[in-house]
Amino acid sequence: MVDPVIASRLQFALTTIVHIVFPVVSMGLAPFLVYFTWKDIRTGQPVYEQLRRFWTRIFAVSFVVGTVTGIVLEFEFGTNFAAFATTAGPLFGGPLAVEGMMAFMLEATFLGVFVFGRERVGDALYMVSAVAVGLGTWLSAVWILIANSWMQTPRGYEMVTQNGQQVVHLVDPVAAYLNPRFFWMFVHMQNAAVESVSLAMAGVAAYFVFRHHVWDRPVDHVSFWETTLKIALVGLLITAPLQVIHGDMYARHVYETQPQKFAAMEAVWETDSYVPEYLIAFPTSVQDVLDPRAKDIFGIGIPGGASWLASGGDPQATIRGLEEFEGPQPPVAIVFWSFRMMVALGFWFVTLAFWGGYRWFRGELFEDDLLHKALMGSAPLGVFAVELGWVVTEVGRQPWIIQGEMKTMQGVSPGLTGAEATATLAGFAVVYLGLLVLYGYVVTRIVRAGPPTGSELASVGAEADADATPSEVGADD
Amino acid sequence: MTSVETLSNGPLFGLPLPDLWFGLLFFIFGTFLFLDGFDFGVGALFATRDDDAEREQLLAAIGPFWDGNEVWLVVFGGALFAAFPSVYANLFSRHYLLMFAILGALILRGLAPEMYEQRHDERWQRWWGRAFVAGSLATPFFLGMFTANWLLGSTTLVTLPGVLVGLTVVALTVVDGVAFLRLKTRGDLRADLQSDGYRALAAYLVLVVLTLAGLYALAPGLQPVMRSPLVLGLVGLTLVFAAGYALATHADRYYAAFAAVAGLVFALVGVVARLLYPAIDPATGLTVETAVVPTLSLNLMSIGAALLLPLVFVYFIVLYSAFSGPIEAGEAY
Repeated sequence: MVDPVIASRLQFALTTIVHIVFPVVSMGLAPFLVYFTWKDIRTGQPVYEQLRRFWTRIFAVSFVVGTVTGIVLEFEFGTNFAAFATTAGPLFGGPLAVEGMMAFMLEATFLGVFVFGRERVGDALYMVSAVAVGLGTWLSAVWILIANSWMQTPRGYEMVTQNGQQVVHLVDPVAAYLNPRFFWMFVHMQNAAVESVSLAMAGVAAYFVFRHHVWDRPVDHVSFWETTLKIALVGLLITAPLQVIHGDMYARHVYETQPQKFAAMEAVWETDSYVPEYLIAFPTSVQDVLDPRAKDIFGIGIPGGASWLASGGDPQATIRGLEEFEGPQPPVAIVFWSFRMMVALGFWFVTLAFWGGYRWFRGELFEDDLLHKALMGSAPLGVFAVELGWVVTEVGRQPWIIQGEMKTMQGVSPGLTGAEATATLAGFAVVYLGLLVLYGYVVTRIVRAGPPTGSELASVGAEADADATPSEVGADD
Repeated sequence: MTSVETLSNGPLFGLPLPDLWFGLLFFIFGTFLFLDGFDFGVGALFATRDDDAEREQLLAAIGPFWDGNEVWLVVFGGALFAAFPSVYANLFSRHYLLMFAILGALILRGLAPEMYEQRHDERWQRWWGRAFVAGSLATPFFLGMFTANWLLGSTTLVTLPGVLVGLTVVALTVVDGVAFLRLKTRGDLRADLQSDGYRALAAYLVLVVLTLAGLYALAPGLQPVMRSPLVLGLVGLTLVFAAGYALATHADRYYAAFAAVAGLVFALVGVVARLLYPAIDPATGLTVETAVVPTLSLNLMSIGAALLLPLVFVYFIVLYSAFSGPIEAGEAY
């Protein structure tokens, strides 16, 4: 039997880690779908209809799995973190309610029109529905990140006793909801979503292009995949460099507002100035893997680099070490290594983008075997980098559930038993891993089946028109 | 920040906001139960159809709608959290395992139709069809159990009133599903469904009577409220709507029958709300007044809801009018 606090934290971690995959796909695909729909309506070229319909299928599956896994997250605040829900609710519940009303409603209703309504509505309303779906996915992120950023850098509130409990009272809504952290989180997250989807698209397209050009195997719709690859590369060329640039600014903001998290990211235990930034860090012993201390790690580092990055240009800047903070520390190894891997991946994506862009510029995009292998191998890495980023954000905040105000262990439901929490944790482990496998299987099938072919494209409209009296069709055949 | 001060000093326009939010919560829940109710009903009726083409029609009927319908449950959760966070926390953590049963059932129900259409082989569709039926029956049943436990302040998971209310809600969703499918289908299927509708309606009325009698006997504290004019009136209205549903179904007035189901749903939800009020969580003794969030938060949320909910209705009007009338051939899930 696991302790209810630990089981609840593991459960929340598991459900979040699995859930986040699907919003990333939705948010990342949204601008592409708007673009495909626009081009489809404007040019009428079959390739854009193929692109729209193919990626809409993947969007629809992701949305369904995202919905069923997301409802769980909302309810877990009540079931597993009731003390947190009671305390923070007056400030924290609002954004969640508005997310449902403003964003999720928009996305879910217009997704019905977008997926099923091409034959039912006119071009203008169809275009509106594409934009509404995309806007809905992005607005969802706005409200969720407003709530999350307040947990990271809480402000605009005071603690008051109500019904015998310490409760957060909203005092200044602008300070609370539009705190600077929200801005950095939103920019970094949205760009990451588009970058991740660009990588996945490029990887899938590269597989078919490679199969055709290098293996000389039969591939249907080569031009479809070539177009997909180019569009994905454009997405990557825009998002990959930006991700590194605002990632750096975001880290500086963390240094200023959550110094304990920043110290964990860099594994700085003793307060120091002129702290190097390790580009490559090897632990000198197993002990250092599990409990990395920047000073003890053998690495190739830029002298003063971490100080320089933290302060925005001053290599002599002081970084407060973990030892200065009282009480429990975040699990430094997880934060340190996740951060390292995320940053390394970010630079790798920039490399990929420029490499692909250069080959394209030279007219050799479809001839570079190594590039295609690299793209295929990197297809899932964008989503993986997002996961690592959230690990840094959420694990790095520990032991706090509301930074500096409430500890995570105080936030867990008081009446929860170890048996209950363990039972649901075990259930979720099975169900959520099953969901991931199922999702992977279904998406692979969609990709294998490829885009709708020429005859299918034409037949959709013809079928609906030809059968003017459809009453017999359903019941008898 | 004068505007913030104004918003912190008293309720907007002097309105009784806590009571309005209590009403709004149950309105949102009623909307969810009516709209997603027909999705559940279609799922239950799926079990009674073994013809592939008919099953495809059932799925095509709810295809464009169910996502949007289900969001009302998310909004209900969000609104409860935002307006009455302590109730949200107490209620959900107290019914821990039941909540996860609801979530599990919702996962099955949401996933199954999407998965059903992904592969067209017999075994795959048989199993996802079963999952669809199971999820569609279990979700309203557990939600009914949850509502009864909430109302009675029960801390036990499985109670007799809980089971009764659970079955009542299942029967109601089947009536709802029939009314919706008769709007969306044609020919034999539409005619066949008529008797399913009558049977489900009869079951619903019997269960309502049993539940009310059971509550009257088991919860003496509720007796005065149950005799109140509002509750008696809503029970009377239930009979009127039931008669209206039967007559409209008989006369093939599909929209009128569907509207009568809306009446049935809101009458039921109204009874529950009235039986709770002025408490909002009888188990902890929290009332609407004591559990509500402070003025500033409440005012801001009220502004948000007043601006957004009308917009949401516009979305639904667009959606339902785009897909109005019976499904056409070639429309698949």
